[in-house]
Amino acid sequence: MRAICLYLHIHQPVRYREYSIFDVGNDHHYFDDDYYGRQSNERIFKKVADKSYYPMLSLLEDSINRYPSFKFSLSITGTWLDQAERWTPELIAQIRRLVDTGRVEIVSETYYHSLAFFSNLEEFNEQVKLHTEKIKTLFGVTPQVFRNTEFAYNDQLAKWADEAGYKGILAEGWDKILGWRSPNHVYQPIGCKNIKLLLKNYRLSDDIAFRFSNRSWGEWPLTVPKYQRWVDDDCLRGPLINLFMDFETFGEHQWKDTGIFDFMRNLIPSWLSEYENKFITVSEACELEPPVDAISMPETVTWADTERDLSAWASNAMQNSAMSDLYNMRDSVLATDDLELIRDWRYLTTSDHPYSMCTKYWHDGDVHAYFSAYASPYESFMYFENVLRDLDYRLEIKNHR
Amino acid sequence: MLKLNMMKILMLGWELPPHNSGGLGVACLNMARALSKYGVKIDFVVPYSAEHPEASFMHVIAATHLDPIARYGGAYESNSIYEQIIPTADEAKYVSIRDIQHSYCEFIEGFLKTHRPDVVHAHDWLTFEAGIIAKKQHDLPLIAHVHATEFDRAGAHAGNPIIHEVEQEGLIAADKIIAVSEATKRIIHDNYHIPLNKIDVVYNSLDEGYNTSNYHFKEDTYDYLQKMKASGYTIVSTVGRFTVQKGLHNLLHAAALAVHKNPKLLFILAGDGEERNELVKLSADLGIGKNVIFTGFIRGKRLRDIYSLSDIFVMSSVSEPFGLTALEAAHHGDALILTKQSGVSEIIWSAMKYDFWDERKLADEILAIANSQTLRQTLQQNVLHEYNKISWDQVAKKCMKIYNNVKHKRN
Repeated sequence: MRAICLYLHIHQPVRYREYSIFDVGNDHHYFDDDYYGRQSNERIFKKVADKSYYPMLSLLEDSINRYPSFKFSLSITGTWLDQAERWTPELIAQIRRLVDTGRVEIVSETYYHSLAFFSNLEEFNEQVKLHTEKIKTLFGVTPQVFRNTEFAYNDQLAKWADEAGYKGILAEGWDKILGWRSPNHVYQPIGCKNIKLLLKNYRLSDDIAFRFSNRSWGEWPLTVPKYQRWVDDDCLRGPLINLFMDFETFGEHQWKDTGIFDFMRNLIPSWLSEYENKFITVSEACELEPPVDAISMPETVTWADTERDLSAWASNAMQNSAMSDLYNMRDSVLATDDLELIRDWRYLTTSDHPYSMCTKYWHDGDVHAYFSAYASPYESFMYFENVLRDLDYRLEIKNHR
Repeated sequence: MLKLNMMKILMLGWELPPHNSGGLGVACLNMARALSKYGVKIDFVVPYSAEHPEASFMHVIAATHLDPIARYGGAYESNSIYEQIIPTADEAKYVSIRDIQHSYCEFIEGFLKTHRPDVVHAHDWLTFEAGIIAKKQHDLPLIAHVHATEFDRAGAHAGNPIIHEVEQEGLIAADKIIAVSEATKRIIHDNYHIPLNKIDVVYNSLDEGYNTSNYHFKEDTYDYLQKMKASGYTIVSTVGRFTVQKGLHNLLHAAALAVHKNPKLLFILAGDGEERNELVKLSADLGIGKNVIFTGFIRGKRLRDIYSLSDIFVMSSVSEPFGLTALEAAHHGDALILTKQSGVSEIIWSAMKYDFWDERKLADEILAIANSQTLRQTLQQNVLHEYNKISWDQVAKKCMKIYNNVKHKRN
């Protein structure tokens, strides 16, 4: 038996606008840029919905209806759900229909797509709980498998998830950790009793997610027969092919005219045409076989860049000071019991914000590698700090009432 | 590569250090020096007669017997100054810059009867007419190098129609145009209607002597400023001619907005020019007279001390073909704020940027840097890694490639 475990991650941050210091104390609407503004959440969400969410969800629903053995898994952030509820509620209804078939599994994560695990464990627990509740409310299911924001994973996180009772946890199948081992097996995090570890097959995933439309790639154009041959070859290393990628790969990162939708539409029946091939969800993957080995990742591994570390989010002084300023406010923000204030504060924990302050490759002029809502990392930091000042102002007002 | 070392270039310039009034002479000297290191033989014509001890690597030729002080004629200064400086009746006839250009052209006509360079490289409108003579009468390939156009110098205003005309003719006659930035390339295309494929961008670099000189900042040079800084003031400086091109009115309006939020800001305006009195009055009218300091025209060590002392350097220009002062300030560790209309903002990423008219955003950026040590230090450290990324050696290589192309096309 050979199985593809297709897992797609859906997320949109709630972006703060170019919030001036002259707005502080006067205007508390940080997240409501003008419709045509650079940080307009509504405009960006609707644009990506048209290019990716609508066509890809339809393709998936169509395939679910057509092929009884097609299955996949989804993780959906709370910030995405908040925005979809406002602007595209029909997408939520569509996902609900998919979940109702029993062949689409929802994965657990933090509500606000944050890296709170590394800053404040209480906040992390709270955000995971909020997410679980939201998923239960909207889709009527309780997630069994966990993924952390940006796939940021280490042994402590695995221990936390094990104790929290998860069946499985997802991480990057990074060569430096795996060595000669293959990501095509089920593993167990070191020191854990029950939880299973599923590792992304980054080569086969990135062939679709990153290289598909790259004309200077030697393998371009990627056809279904060619790709399936690679998958067949890779199955010699193990029966489980973990294809983990952003949902927006389809239509947004790889545009429609690259043929990405046709590729996916044809890959599904083509894979299923061989009798021993299956699609499975992440929970099923955990039970595919007993763990073949224990894996240890003492240092945090992510799915970003060639470094696969947290440096895209937490390597410069701006990122570190923005996040420590933010988390230092937590107790006083929560103490207000002001739901709006707490929600605004939590929107700022989204990892996209420190990412937009990343200067790693900035002065090489490699701006295109970092699609950002802001003109520069420095501007992103400036506006973020101004928002924090206004949150402080609101706290002051509260406390003196 | 072709035989570059055989290449003979006739450069038409208007000034060279130490007889320069601005960046044009410095750029020409550095460019010529870098070219000569590749064996390029350069005859560099200037419109006056003087010693140039730094330019011994090339042949500097005087087109007139004038004193260097006269080279800009009456174009920018009042005639009365020149009557004092040039008392002899014989030289008084050269008072107008047009007269000097006329003599310069006559000289070039004579010079080309006995010399045949491979390429003629003319710097700015001042020498374009001489360049046209070389092209039309002697069939030599002409490169027009644009360091600034009249549109830059005149700010939002129309500028001098005679200068526009000379620029237009030179740009049309040239085989190739070198612009010092994409911004300048755009102006040449939009306002002089030159096809884009005729224009190459070659950025300037910092003066080679800048890194190697034995400059040392002594903390007590500006005792007052140092004390203010110690008591928590943030020092914001700008350097340049006080002309409409530099956008200093916008800067002062932004300063007023910023001081309103954070009174511990000091703005240093280093330079001089026709707007000085207006600017002094404006800062008083805005109620920030105590926060704005006018140093007058300074250069050399005194200028570098201002850079060293400053936390933030603002380039507020409405239009700035390149903007070398920003690289100088970066060298001395300042955080940079640049208008998007400046050429230098095209190559420097570690800086805050704004549109010249956006006073509120400039105030925002000044306040953000003043209020956050993290942002200030990040900007200061990061720009140190990149301000030197364009070298004069790279400039020379690009120029040689252009020389080869125009020459090749001719043959």
